[in-house]
Amino acid sequence: MWTDQLVSAKQLSRADIDAVLDHAAEIDENPAAFADRHTDKLLALLFYEPSTRTRLSFETAMKRLGGDVIDMGSVEASSVKKGETLADTVRVIEGYADGIVLRHPSQGSATMAAEYVDVPLVNAGDGAGQHPTQTLLDLYTIRKNVGFDDLTVGIMGDLKYGRTVHSLANALTQVDASQHFISPDSLKLPRRVRYDLHEAGANVKEHTELDEILPSLDVLYVTRIQRERFPDESEYRAVAGQYQIDAELLEAASDDLIVMHPLPRVDEIAADVDGTDFANYFEQAHNGIPVRMALLDMMLDNE
Amino acid sequence: MSDHELRVSKIKSGTVIDHIPGGQALNVLAILGIDGSTGEAVSVGMNVPSDRLGRKDIVKVESRELSQDEVDVISLIAPMASINIIRDYEVQRKHRVERPNSVQGVLECPNPSCITNEREPVKTRFTVLDDAVRCDYCETIVRDNIAEHISDD
Repeated sequence: MWTDQLVSAKQLSRADIDAVLDHAAEIDENPAAFADRHTDKLLALLFYEPSTRTRLSFETAMKRLGGDVIDMGSVEASSVKKGETLADTVRVIEGYADGIVLRHPSQGSATMAAEYVDVPLVNAGDGAGQHPTQTLLDLYTIRKNVGFDDLTVGIMGDLKYGRTVHSLANALTQVDASQHFISPDSLKLPRRVRYDLHEAGANVKEHTELDEILPSLDVLYVTRIQRERFPDESEYRAVAGQYQIDAELLEAASDDLIVMHPLPRVDEIAADVDGTDFANYFEQAHNGIPVRMALLDMMLDNE
Repeated sequence: MSDHELRVSKIKSGTVIDHIPGGQALNVLAILGIDGSTGEAVSVGMNVPSDRLGRKDIVKVESRELSQDEVDVISLIAPMASINIIRDYEVQRKHRVERPNSVQGVLECPNPSCITNEREPVKTRFTVLDDAVRCDYCETIVRDNIAEHISDD
């Protein structure tokens, strides 16, 4: 059951997604009503990689539910530095906290950790693998702004390494969205994600240029092209500029389009988009609080 | 006995693995951990004409019966293979390999970022798909040259 351990967006059925988003909407409407839900609970934050939004939003969500957090701190200051395995760390922390939020650079780390603990465990990003709670807040943002009916989503940028993209693509099959993937050939969706989309019977198209499909999109989900992934700086420069959007480019879009980004952005969305009605990425980040509150509330209640 | 089988000498007791796709015999030996240093008498026929496969390889291993794990992994590179158990020059038992639903601890994940390649107490586990295997941890799909990923452990 995902309510014990959420490691992949693939665990989530349409009913699961609706349940979390409905609960998040309830919390969003009246957060004060949930302020004392988990006053006796502790959540452990184990972040083996840098994070701002995910870490702080889990901490905020837990505190807004009346609970508290314990934080491993930086890897450099932890027993990881002494060579402790992840399996040992989570088994120790299971005895301290009522739930664990794990971010780790290795793909499959959350799947492995979940095999070692019985407390609720949430994957907050495992390398280039999955980021299911980002997906839930992405879906919340989409449902709130444009709805799930007859949905057409464009996902642009680093599709190869972007874990938020992989999770979102999996979850969008549950709402029967048409999915358009826009990237340079070198950063196309990995085989494993395409396999899942094919198995799910998803309506998927791949593109190298945005302009051919921009007018048909309800959502444009932009991700950062990760310079550090390119073996050669000149290869990065060759593609990076092609995957930037600005207010002028968006003149060709539908008026109802929303532009999303999991953040942080670098230069893939120009600052002049921020002031337009298209810009949705800061609201999207804010939605992480009610969504993570809903998720923690459901998981800790189920314990 | 057919002419084809005469190309490789009979064994007294042990296992004959037949209907291996042509060119895969050395990979079957690798799966069985046979590199010539372990002392078994081994006969190998490669690219033997076959009605079913066009050309096939045959491996005969003296005085050894295979474990289920070994048969499972062989099935990944030789899905049509048959396993013949020989005792006193006679075929005692003959069966086709069956592709398992998953294999555990026998393949290494080729993804260097997979948690199974870290110093963690975790055995690899791959789900067997129609024409590939998939890591249960990082979900990497391995379609080609599966034998190259057989664990050295």
